[in-house]
Amino acid sequence: MQHIIYFLIKNKYFLLFVFLQIIAISLTVQSHSYHKSKFINSANAFTGSVYNNFISFNNYLNLKTQNKQLLEENTHLKNILSKLNQKGTAKQLNKIDSLIYNQKYSYLKATIIKNEYTKTNNRITINKGSNDGITPELGVISSKGIIGITTNTSSNYAIVMPIINENSRINAKLLNNTHFGTLTWNGENHNIIQFEDLPIQSNIKIGDTIITGGRSTIFPEGILVGTIKDFKIDNNKYTIINVDLFNDMSALYNINIITNFDKDEILNLENE
Amino acid sequence: MNNYILKYSLFAFLLGLIQVLVLNNVLLFGYINPLIYVLFIFIFPLSNNKYSVLIISFFLGLLIDFFSNSGGSNAAALVFIAYIRLPVLHIIQNNIEFDYLLFNIKKLNMIQIIIYILTLVFIHHFILFFLEYYTLKSFGHILLKAFYTSLFSSIVIGLAISLFVKDIND
Repeated sequence: MQHIIYFLIKNKYFLLFVFLQIIAISLTVQSHSYHKSKFINSANAFTGSVYNNFISFNNYLNLKTQNKQLLEENTHLKNILSKLNQKGTAKQLNKIDSLIYNQKYSYLKATIIKNEYTKTNNRITINKGSNDGITPELGVISSKGIIGITTNTSSNYAIVMPIINENSRINAKLLNNTHFGTLTWNGENHNIIQFEDLPIQSNIKIGDTIITGGRSTIFPEGILVGTIKDFKIDNNKYTIINVDLFNDMSALYNINIITNFDKDEILNLENE
Repeated sequence: MNNYILKYSLFAFLLGLIQVLVLNNVLLFGYINPLIYVLFIFIFPLSNNKYSVLIISFFLGLLIDFFSNSGGSNAAALVFIAYIRLPVLHIIQNNIEFDYLLFNIKKLNMIQIIIYILTLVFIHHFILFFLEYYTLKSFGHILLKAFYTSLFSSIVIGLAISLFVKDIND
């Protein structure tokens, strides 16, 4: 016993070092496992409010681009609206208030207060949290297309795992036929992601558009992802398909969060 | 004594905020992000209280981790170089005994300063990027990124030291 105490006293500097290293490394290991990084993340009240105050200054510098993006989206939506009005009103008269009964998704706006895109385990922090009805596993999009999925929430902030994260796996399909695949990221370029598990029958070409598949309960079908940049065929299989994203992942400001009202029903049915 | 630790804790906190709010938004050539908070290891005096440097650098690293969602990788890297800075200094000065209390980084000659800063910064960056990528697959990429980033970090840190550390003659 005396020897042990003597050993501890003699090596207390080294032991303090080992102790601190063990804490730091176990926190790191935890942060790399999906959904377990509960403790150290930038959605807590302190870091959230610091970023929030800082971003309000930073936003002034980007007002021009933000305005342009919003204008583009407005034009796009107005065009869709005008098409809807042309499609004959008789159909709509039969279904008054159809929106209220059949609404499947609701959209909530939020602003990005911290955006990472240089690491392999990127995260985005947004300024809406559980007080605004955000839960983990909701889809996040911008006016130009897909961004990611929420993972952690605090009362006023939430963390989003973007598609440019090595753990991210999102179902997607081609616009011009019905073949499905999975979107992944290899950690290299923040504006290029990979499209995997696509069958050779899909017969893709460079420039083909990729949209979300709608097979998960997170994203509705048809949200824009990107276009095919290049691909390789080996042994009658696609080995690499690179996809150019429509979004510039380094310049994101305003986003929408999608809530699926049927999510619980679908998940309950699948678990039965 | 307490006053002295408080002063350097405050300095560490300010360095951390400068890092996360200003320098984390700087990206040279697309992927080089200089890390100035390592400066703390060079500024903190080599006094006989060697425990405080470990603890303060642990919390400084954790502060950076809180802001950049990196678990504890900054803390691990910073505590490691805080631990090895004394042995490294001994090796650089050819194991000559020197007075910890009166030590000032400007007492070293130019080549010794450059080796001292570059070694510690490179080890720090290598551990940090290794824990961040968390895979052996991209070992070459990590090595290269650590090398380039530590060059730029060392330049920033060297400039800061030449500006803020008092000359011995004063």
